[in-house]
Amino acid sequence: MALNSKIPAGSIETKWEKYKSTCKLVNPANKRQLEIIVVGTGLAGASAAASLGEMGYKVKAFCFQDSPRRAHSIAAQGGINAAKNYQNDGDSTYRLFYDTIKGGDYRAREGNVHRLAEVSANIIDQCVAQGVPFAREYGGLLSNRSFGGTQVQRTFYAAGQTGQQLLIGAYQGLERQISLGNVEMHSRHEMLEVVKIDGKARGIIARDLVTGELERHFGHAVLLCTGGYGNVFYLSTNAMGSNVTAAWKAHKQGAFFGNPCFTQIHPTCIPVSGDHQSKLTLMSESLRNDGRIWVPKAKGDSRKPTDIPEEERDYYLERRYPAFGNLVPRDVASRAAKERCDAGFGVGSSKMAVYLDFASAIERYGKVEAHKQGKGGADKATIIALGRDVVKEKYGNLFDMYAKITGEDPYEVPMRIYPAVHYTMGGLWVDYELMTTVPNLYALGEANFSDHGANRLGASALMQGLADGYFVIPYTMGNNLADDIRTKAIPTDHPAFVAAEKEVNDRINRLMNIKGKESVESFHKRLGKIMWDKCGMGRNAKGLTEAIEEIRALRKEFWSNVRIPGDIKEYNPELDKAGRVADFIELGELMCIDALNRNESCGGHFREESQTEDGEALRDDEKYMYVAAWEYKGESNFEMHKEDLIYDVVHPSARSYK
Amino acid sequence: MQHYNMNLTLKVWKQKNNKAKGSFESYQVKNVSSEMSFLEMFDVLNEQLVAEGKEPIAFDHDCREGICGMCSMYINGRAHGPWHETTTCQLHMREYKDGDTIVVEPWRANAFPVIKDLVVDRTAFDRIIGAGGYISVNTGNAVDANSLPIDKQKADEAFAAATCIGCGACVAACPNASAMLFVSAKVSHLALLPQGDPERKIRAVNMVQQMDTEGFGSCTNIGACEAECPKGISLENIARLNREYLGSMLSGSKQG
Repeated sequence: MALNSKIPAGSIETKWEKYKSTCKLVNPANKRQLEIIVVGTGLAGASAAASLGEMGYKVKAFCFQDSPRRAHSIAAQGGINAAKNYQNDGDSTYRLFYDTIKGGDYRAREGNVHRLAEVSANIIDQCVAQGVPFAREYGGLLSNRSFGGTQVQRTFYAAGQTGQQLLIGAYQGLERQISLGNVEMHSRHEMLEVVKIDGKARGIIARDLVTGELERHFGHAVLLCTGGYGNVFYLSTNAMGSNVTAAWKAHKQGAFFGNPCFTQIHPTCIPVSGDHQSKLTLMSESLRNDGRIWVPKAKGDSRKPTDIPEEERDYYLERRYPAFGNLVPRDVASRAAKERCDAGFGVGSSKMAVYLDFASAIERYGKVEAHKQGKGGADKATIIALGRDVVKEKYGNLFDMYAKITGEDPYEVPMRIYPAVHYTMGGLWVDYELMTTVPNLYALGEANFSDHGANRLGASALMQGLADGYFVIPYTMGNNLADDIRTKAIPTDHPAFVAAEKEVNDRINRLMNIKGKESVESFHKRLGKIMWDKCGMGRNAKGLTEAIEEIRALRKEFWSNVRIPGDIKEYNPELDKAGRVADFIELGELMCIDALNRNESCGGHFREESQTEDGEALRDDEKYMYVAAWEYKGESNFEMHKEDLIYDVVHPSARSYK
Repeated sequence: MQHYNMNLTLKVWKQKNNKAKGSFESYQVKNVSSEMSFLEMFDVLNEQLVAEGKEPIAFDHDCREGICGMCSMYINGRAHGPWHETTTCQLHMREYKDGDTIVVEPWRANAFPVIKDLVVDRTAFDRIIGAGGYISVNTGNAVDANSLPIDKQKADEAFAAATCIGCGACVAACPNASAMLFVSAKVSHLALLPQGDPERKIRAVNMVQQMDTEGFGSCTNIGACEAECPKGISLENIARLNREYLGSMLSGSKQG
């Protein structure tokens, strides 16, 4: 099957405009006859469900949490990018497009990324109109800050809770549509199968997580807005419930999986404290605006950080990358931290951490504040106190979170941080219209693969989720459904629904009847360890080959020895988790296969065989300038299809932040 | 910080489902590290129960970084436990010492029926938001974001109210199981902003009406909600809601 990305013809600036003005429309009376299923209620799902509901479609939305407001977009901290150029610092749609393509190490599609940059400004307008309380300057206008991989200030934010505020905005819009009867909400429900009729997605099988009952739901189209799969690593910054199940079921029904090995390891997370660790907590990239990253110059230096004098500190990012300094992109910062720790310069009890230090920012802000208040000659203690207040206003909630988790006061001592799995650029392959290789099945937000290439820039996930949900899908879905207006709602006693439900039911019964000895949690931890050790920040052919074998063995063991307590027809979180871990195991194998195939380093994918003399990622454009889209052909059997990436506008070059 | 291990006794509310009668059960948890979070301690206990062939304790949790609002344990008589402005998931075991007994219950309120063990149904909050906790603006209708400057202080106040995570601790802490702090946080967030102005009267009335319909109790100005709120939502919001509500009633905006 040849992949058709359906990128419109024409110059890059005109593609989306032209598409919008020529795509097919569905008239209001017909919209009322069309039913849409939206799975997931994060930024992509909530914005899509609310917008489609407003437009007049009959929408059903699903989430596994108790309320749509809990989706993990809520935890995004730092901000959302938009090419508004409010700071007059040279930003433009083109520059956001260019930064994103370069940041993604030339493995994203130009057409999609340009569209993202174009609609970015509309997102900010939309959110402000909804009442999202972004940070403002004293003049009443919106404030911006910097994020990694850019040299302008284009990130809009609401303290360290930007994701929360954006999601609540979308959620409120969604609740409004629910109360108007335009959207039917199913919380505490999990999608367990895509139902296909005549080759098209026409519904889902969902499980009510409270009663354990299976339900059939018809839709003319199905939108998967189910987020990323970072939890395949067990430890990640994802929520405990974040999972790949919906995307994986779609994959097994024929949706290709794009670049599954592209994983983002975020450089600034609170380090692991012990075997009990259940998740890792991010410290926002925005902290790198003001925090300086360092390790001691001497190996194994165990002095307190505050006792190590300035000249004995190695600010290794500023040293290696003077142009971008502490604001290099995430993949670069993560690898640099790993390099220092592996070389024996790590800090803290585990020695697997580096310092993120705010002392100089506190002093700098304190001086400015002292001047403002007419206390130019203030003593150091006053300056520090004033500076702390400024830092508190900018990052207070992050500092509090750090203090609660570690028991240390980051205003006094530098934070200890280490990279952790955060985001997955890979996902379901979609065309320009966000449709997967299964007709009428769409993937939005982190669940698709399309916009971030091999590395996502900070503050771009929120942008993409809302772009897809508010501004892209309303057009592209209509373009396809215009041909479907004669399709009547299909009753759910159709044989395809019956068969899909039976398949789900059999699988649940199989899981419950294993009655083995090992807990689901234990299998998940073991999978995570294989993935982190062999398909994590550094990957090589030997490790990946071993990992594939180990994962296959783990899958066998899982299906013969997992223990799931409780019953099927009740609230049973262990059973829910078992289904998710089973899917993670299969995905883990595909990620390793993809990582093994891609014998180059690009973005977050670092093949140790492919690096420059000074340890930078070495791309191989000749051989790998393509999207690897994997087709499921049965157990452990995946066939790769290539979508060649064509750069008409940006000329790929070695990505340098030096 | 000195790390240590401890053995604990847990008394946890067990309830099979909405219809069953619940009761406390005691559990011994050994070798709990002071570095664990409270929920990681529950993970250890649940792993232990699975290994013993028993049913683990059901509890709600998701992000485990204090922002999703899903975790909801009533610990030794306090919503989210003893730490100030802290969700259950961010409470850490260094609060406790070897030999301690900890009592854990679900949120208790008529409007939050128990689903199982420590898991309750909080969809009433969603319906209150649906009754008016929004600004009616459809996608694509917005003007340029900077065309409407907003006083920084007002914006900051609106943000402070908007940090509510909808966990329900205010209801659990209130002897009357009132949802006034939750409702007032949303009413304040939107009333403080010029964008929210056109609907402010009808919003206050409709949200309060929905709150009453859901069976939450009345506010008698006790202040337990503010004291236990993990996000420090201020009682001033309740005063503002009362003003908004009264103003709406006086101007005759009685229904939505």
